[in-house]
Amino acid sequence: MTLSKRNILSLSLTDKRLARLLGGCALLAALVVVLILGFLLGESWPVLHHAPLTHFFTDASWHPTQHLYNVMPMLTATLLSSLGALLLAGPLGIASGLFMHYYAPPRLAGVYRRLIELLAGIPSVVYGFWGLVTLAPLVGRLHPPGVSLLTAILVLALMVLPTVALIADAALAAIPAAYLRGAAALGLSRWGMIAGVALPAARTGLVSGLLLATGRALGETMAVLMVAGNAVQQPHSLFDSVRTLTANIALEMAYAMGDHRAALFVSGLALMLLVLILVGMADVFQRKATYA
Amino acid sequence: MTTNTSNTSHCADNGNPPEHAYTLGPLQVGPPCCDPEPLLRVDNLSLHYADKIALENISLAIYRGCITALIGPSGCGKTSFLSSLNRLTDMIPGCRVSGSIRFDGLDVRSPNLDVQHLRRDIGMIFQKPVPFPLSIRRNIELPLREHGMRSQAEINDRLQEVLRDVGLWDEVRERLETPAQALSGGQQQRLCIARALALQPKVLLMDEPCSALDPIASAVVEDLISRLQGRYTIVIVTHNLAQARRIANYAALFWMQERGGRLIEFGRCQQVFEAPAHRLTAAYVNGQRG
Repeated sequence: MTLSKRNILSLSLTDKRLARLLGGCALLAALVVVLILGFLLGESWPVLHHAPLTHFFTDASWHPTQHLYNVMPMLTATLLSSLGALLLAGPLGIASGLFMHYYAPPRLAGVYRRLIELLAGIPSVVYGFWGLVTLAPLVGRLHPPGVSLLTAILVLALMVLPTVALIADAALAAIPAAYLRGAAALGLSRWGMIAGVALPAARTGLVSGLLLATGRALGETMAVLMVAGNAVQQPHSLFDSVRTLTANIALEMAYAMGDHRAALFVSGLALMLLVLILVGMADVFQRKATYA
Repeated sequence: MTTNTSNTSHCADNGNPPEHAYTLGPLQVGPPCCDPEPLLRVDNLSLHYADKIALENISLAIYRGCITALIGPSGCGKTSFLSSLNRLTDMIPGCRVSGSIRFDGLDVRSPNLDVQHLRRDIGMIFQKPVPFPLSIRRNIELPLREHGMRSQAEINDRLQEVLRDVGLWDEVRERLETPAQALSGGQQQRLCIARALALQPKVLLMDEPCSALDPIASAVVEDLISRLQGRYTIVIVTHNLAQARRIANYAALFWMQERGGRLIEFGRCQQVFEAPAHRLTAAYVNGQRG
């Protein structure tokens, strides 16, 4: 297709009005993102202004009132917990999608899909509460204190699982039936068809599901805050208590003032940049996949 | 219904009797159709979709090494018939098949049959080419690996052999790693044929393989099909009567009757087109009906 949709539409007067209205709405949405970014930059400025960015990585510790701004422990905790959650929820979510499409009888698949959707609808504070009351003591039995990086990973994995599973489900549903018929006509086994044809055909959707899930895991605050222990320290094992960037903002914003407050906004800015990088990666991947 | 399987000595086409009939020989070997031996035998086949009858009481034989053309108007069950031969009907919910299909002494409808193996022996080409969203090489490699071929050298040999067979080798040898879906429609269809041939099937089922292609690509594919004659047993559904006449040794006319699709006439291609026994056949091949 070389024609763009815009060129093949000749607009009537009503269409033009509608186009202007829709354009206005789109502009508003885009403007909000720019405003948020501007606001974050503005609020971070006091500390960025007199403390160079390297402070955030090389300072001795996180004591903003004493002008020590090392966010590395929290950045590490955020990245590790998201990565761990993704490593658990990614394969599980894709496996759920495959199960719904290729293995489960239709009725069971329908029930299973509803359950996954329900899982997506549970408020994060409920996950956190459950994690604190049930999961943390179990982890604590393995290795005290229980509230730890591992607990955070497990709760996060459970929370992003429905995202991965539902997007995998949609991606697999979009595979043309002709591929499956063609694969069957070549005598491919069910697994041969899945691994050889279905997964490659759905890879764009699967990867964007994983990236969305990562975004959600990076930004999750409440549940992680409740189960991660919130000690500001570089984690050395899965059982260490950690504090993520988001939890840090939530914990300290109530009493932070001056440079401390600005430093919290810097960590917010860092989170936003992480998500931006993710979106950029998804975009590049999508482009490459469409070409292939 | 007239079912004419008479065994005249006339060959509809170019056949010198081959030296090794019925085996994989050089491409130019003529069809061993002078001495027809059924490879697939269908008896009283009926096919239902939920409560609708698609085919009723079809009996015919598909002869080894020959091209059998299935002709008839749309919706008379030709594709359903084709799909029942390699059990692709299993994939359609609500589809029921009754009657007997025997392939090389095997009961195709037996629940204990290894369907994957059956489909390896009976390849299928669809109307719309379906290259997988993979590279050209992977498209052919995938079924080979699935059926247990491990050695890369062997795979490369087979890949080159089948791409040469379909006349695609010189066109794609430089870009085997590029996406198969970037090929033109005709090339895609030839790739699909190559992919099916790579498994060295005994039978190729072709469901209107040329109808989605432009006339030139269609002629190339048609030429390819007639070169496969003798080496493979081919069943082809086509709406192009001239094409059926050019390439087929046998022809079968299907027609929608009030209770479902039925076989009206089956016989040697020449006889069906030039001396049809049934008035519907006469009307159809002369373009007066259908």
